[in-house]
Amino acid sequence: MLGDKDRIFTNLYGVHDWRLAGARARGAWDNTKAILDKGVDWIIDEMKKSGLRGRGGAGFPTGMKWSFMPKEVKDRPHYLVVNADESEPGTCKDRDIMRHDPHLLIEGCLVAGFAMRANAGYIYVRGEFYNEAQHLIAAIKEAYDAGLLGKNACGSGWDFDLYVHRGAGAYICGEETALLESLEGKKGMPRLKPPFPAGAGLYGCPTTVNNVESIAVAPTILRRGAAWFAGIGRPNNTGTKLFCISGHVNRPCNVEEEMGIPLRELIERHCGGVRGGWDNLLAVIPGGASVPLLPKSICDTVLMDFDSLRDQRSGLGTAAVIVMDKSTDVVKAIARLSYFYKHESCGQCTPCREGTGWMWRVMERMVTGDARLEEIDALEDVTKQVEGHTICALGDAAAWPIQGLIRHFRPEMERRIRARTEKLAAE
Amino acid sequence: MAMITADPKDVPQVASFSFTPEYMAKVEEQIAHYPPGRQASAVIAVLDLAQRQQGWLPRAAMNEVARLLDMAPIRVYEIATFYTMFQLRPKGKYLLQVCTTTPCWLRGSEAVMKACQHAADGETFSVQEVECLGGCVNAPVVQINDDFYEDLDEASMNKVLDALRRGESPKPGPQVDRQTSAPEGGLTTLKGE
Repeated sequence: MLGDKDRIFTNLYGVHDWRLAGARARGAWDNTKAILDKGVDWIIDEMKKSGLRGRGGAGFPTGMKWSFMPKEVKDRPHYLVVNADESEPGTCKDRDIMRHDPHLLIEGCLVAGFAMRANAGYIYVRGEFYNEAQHLIAAIKEAYDAGLLGKNACGSGWDFDLYVHRGAGAYICGEETALLESLEGKKGMPRLKPPFPAGAGLYGCPTTVNNVESIAVAPTILRRGAAWFAGIGRPNNTGTKLFCISGHVNRPCNVEEEMGIPLRELIERHCGGVRGGWDNLLAVIPGGASVPLLPKSICDTVLMDFDSLRDQRSGLGTAAVIVMDKSTDVVKAIARLSYFYKHESCGQCTPCREGTGWMWRVMERMVTGDARLEEIDALEDVTKQVEGHTICALGDAAAWPIQGLIRHFRPEMERRIRARTEKLAAE
Repeated sequence: MAMITADPKDVPQVASFSFTPEYMAKVEEQIAHYPPGRQASAVIAVLDLAQRQQGWLPRAAMNEVARLLDMAPIRVYEIATFYTMFQLRPKGKYLLQVCTTTPCWLRGSEAVMKACQHAADGETFSVQEVECLGGCVNAPVVQINDDFYEDLDEASMNKVLDALRRGESPKPGPQVDRQTSAPEGGLTTLKGE
């Protein structure tokens, strides 16, 4: 089990001072110049060796992503963009970083910006996080005043400016190219790739978009060494991770734990167990709304990391664990997610714009059983017509929860339809 | 679903809009965050400032924002209707944004919603169902203007609403005895120091 000495977010719960003095006392901004002095190649190599995989959901290796930026700055400036548009249902970890440990993120921005030869960075914070953005803005000002940002940041010789950009309510802006569109002052509609942001991103310039947690852990990794981080967790699934456990547990919470911790241990150690005991568990959505749910039989033994959950045809996603006990109307729980995706579809691609509404309407009938048995197959078929046929992954994200429901709870869906049919016949 | 339009027919006319000097200083600060010629990047921030000054976002304010940022008005209307935080009609003094997405629903957002709907009179309180607010381990969550009220149930929601009615400022955050997102009843990590 992970000890406090190996935790990166030592003020996760805001017990201590979030301002510069407090952050410094916890080790942030400790000789950042020495890290930058080791050079771009060393930083990227160390990030690669740490095995850090992106914490925003997709799990793409962070060091490799940084290495995709052009090796020299030519006619177009480079940009770092941090995705703080945290809106994946179940997920509330970046919020804690911004309000309780903003300097970890800001220092990470300098290090990452330096490594990708960017002189400017934008942190795109979801609009609803007004108070969190105020902490971040205040912390950035402290960093400027202390010479940690701006001209010759930390005395490194590198100039780096950092800005907070607030959104205004749109889940889709968490998709990196939609985020860039939004940052340019447009509707958040995803762009076709290629070109990828590292080639043409913000204002058509080389850009890398990273999740808050990925950036905030970077300075600690570089200070303590890639080997330290890589020694935690399992091969290809290294390091520590913020988990958000919500739903039917006795004590929902955020917690930093080791990657690969068994799901059951995570819930019992930190959340006081499932409401009514482990045997009262029905299902868990292990990685935020977009990933397929898992029935109790899999939850008994599954490990919480990218590869273990992928092997169970689900995913770690944002590590937002949504727990449902046996009192849950599981069809309704997923139908509510279908409504979410219908609401949040940007409307650009037809399969998603029309498909999310269609899937939600059928799901609502599945809740009451007001459907025909063969419609379950039709529903699954439609999810496969949406999945993979849209510009961005929102279509996939809308399809997967329904596919998971059909995979694991088809008998329950059939039972409702039969019960409803019999009831109607009897009337 | 009702058609979202930048110019709803049933809202009061606002003939003109201009920023006060205090707000104008904030507008200029926002524009300065972006490279020369990229002032459109500030559109969300400037619309938000207009909404804070006016209380909601009338068409006249959108036109003023378009003028200030040298954007075609239609581009600003697009933004105002795409992002859900822009209020295109007047609201009560307190906007109750009730999250009902699955993590909040699992922990009783329906009862919280009922309490809010009961309080909504259009003057002191307006109520809106919103999608995931990103406070899921403190569900159910309601955002009231800029603040999150967390770990709510019907009784604590009513307590918050009553306090607001009396002109008080109830403390945002968890409405149970709990340190932010830490487990209720005591820490399981970070117990040192």
